[in-house]
Amino acid sequence: MDKEKFLIVLIFLVISSLFFTRQNDTLAHETFVPLNLNDSCPPGFKKDAQNRCDSKNLYLQYSVPNAPGVGGLKTALPPARDGFTPQQIDLGRYLFFDPVLSSDGKVSCATCHQPQKGFSDGLASSIGMDDYPLERSAPSLWNVAYLKLLFWDGRAASLEEQMQGPLFSEHEMGNSPEGLIKTLNTIPAYRYLFAQAFPEKNKNESIRLDEVYLALTAFQASLISLNSRYDQYAHGHHNALNQNEIEGLNVFRSFVARCAECHTPPLFTNQQIAVIGVPEPKGKELDPGAEIPFNEKTLRGGFKVPSLRNINQTAPYSHSGVFKSLKEAIGFYSKGRGHAVPKNEKLNLHWHIWDPQLSEEEVDRLVDFLHTLTDESFMPKIPEILPSQVQSQS
Amino acid sequence: MVIIAISVFIGKNFLNNTESTVPIPSTMKYRYTGSSGENPGAAIASAFKGSILEVKNGGSIQKAVDHAQSGDLIRVYPGTYSENIYIDKDDISLQGVVVEGNWPTLDGRKKLNDAFLYSGNGVLIENFKIVNYKGNGIMGQAGNNFILRNNWIIDTGVYGIFPQYGKNGLVEHNVLSGIEDAAIYVGMCDNVDVLHNEVFDSVAGIEIENSRHCLVENNYAHNNTAGLLAFITPGLPIKTTFDIIFRNNFVVNNNHKNFGAPGSLVSGIPAGTGILIMAADDVILENNIISGNDNAGIVIVDLVHGADASKDPNSEPNPDRVVILDNLMYDNGNKPKGELKALMMTQFSKKGPDIFAIGGGKGSTILDKNKYRTFGIDHYGPATIRDTKHITTFMMDEPVAPRSVSQDELGELTYYGVCAGCHAYKTRLIGVPTEVIQAIYADNPEGIIDYMNHPKNLRDDYPEMPPQDYLSEEAKIAVAEYILTLKE
Repeated sequence: MDKEKFLIVLIFLVISSLFFTRQNDTLAHETFVPLNLNDSCPPGFKKDAQNRCDSKNLYLQYSVPNAPGVGGLKTALPPARDGFTPQQIDLGRYLFFDPVLSSDGKVSCATCHQPQKGFSDGLASSIGMDDYPLERSAPSLWNVAYLKLLFWDGRAASLEEQMQGPLFSEHEMGNSPEGLIKTLNTIPAYRYLFAQAFPEKNKNESIRLDEVYLALTAFQASLISLNSRYDQYAHGHHNALNQNEIEGLNVFRSFVARCAECHTPPLFTNQQIAVIGVPEPKGKELDPGAEIPFNEKTLRGGFKVPSLRNINQTAPYSHSGVFKSLKEAIGFYSKGRGHAVPKNEKLNLHWHIWDPQLSEEEVDRLVDFLHTLTDESFMPKIPEILPSQVQSQS
Repeated sequence: MVIIAISVFIGKNFLNNTESTVPIPSTMKYRYTGSSGENPGAAIASAFKGSILEVKNGGSIQKAVDHAQSGDLIRVYPGTYSENIYIDKDDISLQGVVVEGNWPTLDGRKKLNDAFLYSGNGVLIENFKIVNYKGNGIMGQAGNNFILRNNWIIDTGVYGIFPQYGKNGLVEHNVLSGIEDAAIYVGMCDNVDVLHNEVFDSVAGIEIENSRHCLVENNYAHNNTAGLLAFITPGLPIKTTFDIIFRNNFVVNNNHKNFGAPGSLVSGIPAGTGILIMAADDVILENNIISGNDNAGIVIVDLVHGADASKDPNSEPNPDRVVILDNLMYDNGNKPKGELKALMMTQFSKKGPDIFAIGGGKGSTILDKNKYRTFGIDHYGPATIRDTKHITTFMMDEPVAPRSVSQDELGELTYYGVCAGCHAYKTRLIGVPTEVIQAIYADNPEGIIDYMNHPKNLRDDYPEMPPQDYLSEEAKIAVAEYILTLKE
């Protein structure tokens, strides 16, 4: 009997050890599995015969009265950056979330552009490497495919140009073009993925900077938010908004509040620089904004008009995040033209900045309306595993 | 005597019988008879197929708009209506019915923002008296094919009539006064005719801003700060103004004190300016009567001299190729102001000129320079055209089509633009793969439409789909059929 018992225990141990090894094997296998890039376009895009993802949305049904894509409810959008392959978009997604892009391996694009915070970071002004306090707040990335001016001061005209700012700023991601390329080329998983995303290149060829820029651009240009309840209303379903929200829409586009004059549908930005005289946080000097890149005194204190899509997700507001809530941000416009301009400054304030004397109720209705601009139905997935964490190829 | 009695009787009968007013359907292509001759090509009318909704005193115009469908006509009877009316539908006509001189009156009581806001195409608004709003009398945002006429607008705040981002429109036979910016403001539009309006006691009479192909004809602009204006305003998304004709207008005694809101662009305009051209190109001035404007008859400036606004690198600042044809000008410049006054002093004159130009600009011409007292147009060459008679309208021969896609394309846009958030062809995203839908609803697009309207959860392992009833009927049909024909 004892012998029998022993045998059973022994068999059990062998089997269970086998089982455990297998378990470990699968885990290890998962870690080492080569990542494959998605061969389908993300939502909002149709794959064409050349494996390119073309942007598709209901605004494309409307005729185009003007190229900038500004107007009313049923107005076509401006042309989008699209035509990237599914693989390039997916590679961009991995890069976007990978802190290996920074010099200390701790900061990724997503550090300041967090999907769950409207691709911003919830901070008044962002925090860079080693907790370095940055000057301005992180703009949302939703619908950047349509934007012609990037950065708060509008100093970049393309996503490729824009991303080189944070990537190579000593206080943000701290990298250099050489450093970035060197790091990526030492990671076999990235070499493998870049070969997938750029199939025309020789497999042994090194990863190039322009490929990094293109992939990150492709991913960011895939962040589309055009299916909010507001959009349902705009396309003709008038029950999509309740009475308070419709009243808010009417205040928004009225010529008293004048919100829609600069935050023009359908993107809710007219993509211009405007000097509106927003205050800085206490103790901070006036941010010259667009004056610097455009070398133009009359643009002193001017900033790009931000889109209001998903605005509810991206508090606090303004280039320096001085407004904690939407109500506070709207309150700024109601306090009168130039009320926050420092006494020693003479700014060329925008003509739409006036004294609208909005009632409390109107402000509340505006907030109601702004909440209807939320749509995150095309939220991308955060990678479960990053190429830089993959040890080697199996 | 008998004849007079009969005609009085008939007349009385007519006046009492308000129903005899013939509604003008919005689908009608308006035919106008201008002094430049008729345009028979524009006289196309299609049959009126909509319903007529009536609003009587005490009723709500907005409620009628809510109930109206494309092609309907809303007739509003005399009474006072304090409403902000918004029209986010296509082809809606609002027609006031004036009875024995009693107008349907929209009164904002200086509490409401705008009387009419429209975003729909094919909107017609006529025969309304609009008073005491804070923002605008009538404001359009991107509605094309609009007709705004026969309205009587007094002190509606910033603008009286303001179509913005519209293409192909008509603004005519309106009377506007007491507006703190432009009485009629055509902003970022194309192909608009502004005809037979009276604008007075306002800061700017008629302003064409960042717009192209506009005909401003037979208007009477008097006692404004400035009468007629063609502008490029920097910093707006649409950057150009060109192909503008100011023809056969009376531009008289525009000497009103400037009461523009501080900071507004017009607040800097000197009182006494007849016609102001700022940075706009290819503006033609023809057969206008321009008199009694105390600063100057015609002022032509670039953005450097004219606009106190942030510089816009994408706005071309110079008025190029201005053409001054025959105009009748006298008694202008009796009290020149500011910069102009200082400049005239250097010419040993206390009077402002009929025509004043300052700043950049090239290619401008004038028909008979010697007729006028001028300053700054020595470089203007002789005009190469005599008149613009061949141009009877800048409106389009055909209305702008509301939609630019076929049914199949609409299906594609809906599928990838909306459905693809949850459905992929072969793989499971949030909802079932599209190929599964195809298998279930083969040859049954109605089944898909029914499911979109009333989803019922058929599978325990999937979340219930929210109703997709917000899609238009066309979009639902289009996408159902698209889904069934989709191949990977």
